Amino acid sequence: MDLINLFVKSIFIENMIFAYFLGMCSYLAVSKTVKTAVGLGAAVVFVLLITVPVNYLLDNYLLQPGALSWLGAEFAEVDLSFLSFIMFIAVIASMVQLVEMIVEKFAPALYGSLGIFLPLIAVNCAILGGSLFMQQKDFDGIEGAAVYGLGSGVGWFLAILAIAAIREKIAYSNVPAPLKGLGITFIITGLMAIGFMSFMGIKL
Amino acid sequence: MEDKKIKNSEENKSEKKKEMIMFLSSSEEKEHFLSKANRKILSDPLDDNNPITVQVLGICSALAITVQLRPAIVMSLAVVFVMAFSNVIISLLRNSIPSRIRIIVQLVVVAAMVILVDQILKAYAFDVSKQLSIFIGLIITNCIIMGRLEAFALGNGVYKSFLDGIGNAAGYGLILIIIAFFRELFGSGKLLGYEVLGHKGATLAESTGLYALGYENNGFFLLSPMALIVVGVIIWVQRARNRKLVEEN
Repeated sequence: MDLINLFVKSIFIENMIFAYFLGMCSYLAVSKTVKTAVGLGAAVVFVLLITVPVNYLLDNYLLQPGALSWLGAEFAEVDLSFLSFIMFIAVIASMVQLVEMIVEKFAPALYGSLGIFLPLIAVNCAILGGSLFMQQKDFDGIEGAAVYGLGSGVGWFLAILAIAAIREKIAYSNVPAPLKGLGITFIITGLMAIGFMSFMGIKL
Repeated sequence: MEDKKIKNSEENKSEKKKEMIMFLSSSEEKEHFLSKANRKILSDPLDDNNPITVQVLGICSALAITVQLRPAIVMSLAVVFVMAFSNVIISLLRNSIPSRIRIIVQLVVVAAMVILVDQILKAYAFDVSKQLSIFIGLIITNCIIMGRLEAFALGNGVYKSFLDGIGNAAGYGLILIIIAFFRELFGSGKLLGYEVLGHKGATLAESTGLYALGYENNGFFLLSPMALIVVGVIIWVQRARNRKLVEEN
């Protein structure tokens, strides 16, 4: 039950885009059509689902103060937490490299349309943000971390899908010229974020 | 005939020499400390090529930490530092990085810089570091830094990369500070923590300044969606002034 609560919470209440604005760069740049948005969204879900649990293990058995006690009593005092940024980002970068190879092999068309944004998943703030929030939340077990990663990924997927659908339609509307493209996308995202704030009242 | 050929080749040679001289002198001109080209590298990102409003890079952190002016300023300084020095390091290494693993190399360099900033902030400005929480760590994945490393530092000399880093980080900081200025002013009636609009007391009689006239803070500016809308408006104003930035669709 706790896991289901966590899942729903990480999708709606703590949505990566609308509550924390993480991963905005690729969100704004790849949301011109629904098709590419779905491709990138799926890649983000996959990478988050893998990296958050892996980083959880790293954090708990290597980095936290006292995490090295499985090596022996003399290591119980060691605190490597200042290394967590580098460790997390190394895991993420190698995971992204893997996804890039898989997509290039099995979906070359998608690979072409994602372009530079596939390697840039490595620097998608939502991915590193997921790992850093996981560190702050201090889950009890690896399944919590996995569910949290999946939920944040699905939330991000939902957000980019919604904005891509809106942008496809808004191409036909009469937007003031200086607001066209980026400007109006920002304002729509702001309005959507206000909508998502209504989930905040839900206690789970 | 042969005479002509020799003459031609000699002419060619002299022309080539001229070109060489031109090339050398022009490249020497570029070496000037603040030549026109270098000034352009520095000033372009402030308006025409702003990282946030034109290149769409580095928005994640721009929105979350702009409720108050002070964290926004600290964040801008941190980004200037990280960006300038990681640009310099990558530019120094640019000929020895194999292109397949360049992203990992770049991330490690940036992460090392960010760890430095994080530890310094924790030591000397602990409350600000608490306020910025995970967003200092997220400088690593700030797309501006990776974007500029990929687009500029990998193909340019050290000094130019340094200028590009400073310029882009300043353009980012400028937007950050503008957003934070409006959000703090309208949201809580303060700037840098000082009550510039007067003091709000429990009743109208105890208030001073604008609050004595019945002015109320707009709490909406404190909420995160407002940051997005402020950026939207900044883009609107900038593109209305600078028509060549307007998008087709």
